[in-house]
Amino acid sequence: MTMLPERPIGAKALGLVIDLDTCVGCQACATNCKEWNASGHSGPLPDIHPYSAGAEGTWFNRVHSYEAGEGAEGRTVHFPRSCLHCETPDCVTVCPTGASYKRAEDGIVLVNADACIGCGLCAWACPYGAREMDEVEGVMKKCTLCVDRIYNETIPEPQRQPACVLACPTKARHFGDLADPESNVSKLVAERGGQPLMPELGYNPVNRYLPPRQRPVQAEAYEDSPTPMDIKNPLLRWMDRVLTR
Amino acid sequence: MNPAPSIVFFTTASGAGYGLLFWLGLLRPMGLLPQAPAFALVCLALALLLITAGLGSSLLHLGNPGRAWRALSQWRSSWLSREGVAAVLTYIPAVLFGLALLQGATGLATLTGLLAALGAVVTVWCTGMIYASLKPIVQWHHPLVAPGYLLLAAYTGMALLAAVSALGGVVGGPASFIITLGLAGAILKLFYWNTIDGLRPAATLESATSLGAIGKVRPLDPPNTEETWLMREMGFRVARKHAASLRRIALAVGFGVPIVLALLASQVGGGLALPALALAAIAALGGMLIERWLMFAEATHTAMLYYRGA
Repeated sequence: MTMLPERPIGAKALGLVIDLDTCVGCQACATNCKEWNASGHSGPLPDIHPYSAGAEGTWFNRVHSYEAGEGAEGRTVHFPRSCLHCETPDCVTVCPTGASYKRAEDGIVLVNADACIGCGLCAWACPYGAREMDEVEGVMKKCTLCVDRIYNETIPEPQRQPACVLACPTKARHFGDLADPESNVSKLVAERGGQPLMPELGYNPVNRYLPPRQRPVQAEAYEDSPTPMDIKNPLLRWMDRVLTR
Repeated sequence: MNPAPSIVFFTTASGAGYGLLFWLGLLRPMGLLPQAPAFALVCLALALLLITAGLGSSLLHLGNPGRAWRALSQWRSSWLSREGVAAVLTYIPAVLFGLALLQGATGLATLTGLLAALGAVVTVWCTGMIYASLKPIVQWHHPLVAPGYLLLAAYTGMALLAAVSALGGVVGGPASFIITLGLAGAILKLFYWNTIDGLRPAATLESATSLGAIGKVRPLDPPNTEETWLMREMGFRVARKHAASLRRIALAVGFGVPIVLALLASQVGGGLALPALALAAIAALGGMLIERWLMFAEATHTAMLYYRGA
């Protein structure tokens, strides 16, 4: 079971496309993820000491902030990090019990919590740090791509999207089939040059990150002219007024 | 990486147990060991005790030890599963070996002893490959890691065998084996430590965030204000100065002391041989505990790039 499945021809590769240009780092995706998944497929997601010092818990999505580049080119980029649902994930093949698996039909990587022994090897094998141990239940947990929302016929169709995508106030998160070149997410990736993370490690992640847009080149910085109020010397202030006319 | 005591003890104790089982099964038919069944039975009991204690300790590492039997199912893809299968299968010839020794069935004892030796090699190789197959951890994804587990298991197993052999009055052969294997082990570790000091992480923060096109990337705000399981598990760091002195201690205690004691035992011999070789075995195992602790403490994981940038 932890062998990677033969993918049927035309199988979907569901995943997320995250726009690093518009993400404002508000943590809404992480919060809504926690809210939905605490009672979802892999729930509960425990919190330890939630109301005191040392509060920590299991989350599927963590939003970092980075500075990239120097000087005028430099910028702050908010960076949500979650499971990338890789095409060749080692977290699946290292699992000794078959609890960790990749679905043939849509490529979602899941953990069967009933078969997990909590050895933690899958988390060691994931270069992205996407898996977190539930230390209360002693089993590994991870992003399910909201498998219990996206196929859920009991909720209105527009809401059959991962909780993080629905929560994003700047529409920086997009969900879809990255195996279909005609899908909205594939078009976004093609248009904006969507990037994989750590491609050199060879896990072939499905999720893509859209790079921040190039900003228009700013004019050379210029020295502000002094206002009359800045000139303390009355003679100079008079001269400034005369010459400014 | 976090050096969990249960795993440090497991790989050290089971490694030595499998090493002892290997040498017993291999060297006994070659006539290099005391031939009394009692000698082989003592060695076998010691080996199985260490192996079982180690495997038991490894279960303590699990979040759900009661489900450990499930780990025997995925041997086609998982080195951890293969290790479990090999460990369980090795018990079969090892127990038959003991029964054959008790019954005095020489032929069967030779055959089952050799099969147990083979099982020991396969099991320790699988243990090493669990670590060596993890690409995100450069210090483990290294060609010397799996051979190192084998060599150090053989070395500590030989140290135990020499101590028990001294009880039976055989000293010279096992002692010279300790010296050879100890020197080989020390050279391997020195070479390994030297190469991992120059290693770069398997990825960079630039490739991890895809932001390299803008320029150098620096962490600004972490995603969480408190520590998380991930940071404890992957982010364990030992200060460089402690790593350097711990390496020296591991070398001195784990290899230096046993080699000197083995030399002493083989050259002086007599009543000194038994205490010297017993002490050598204890020092070798103690040194291996430090070496195994360092193996984890010095290993770095690419997931920590997101938190620390390098």
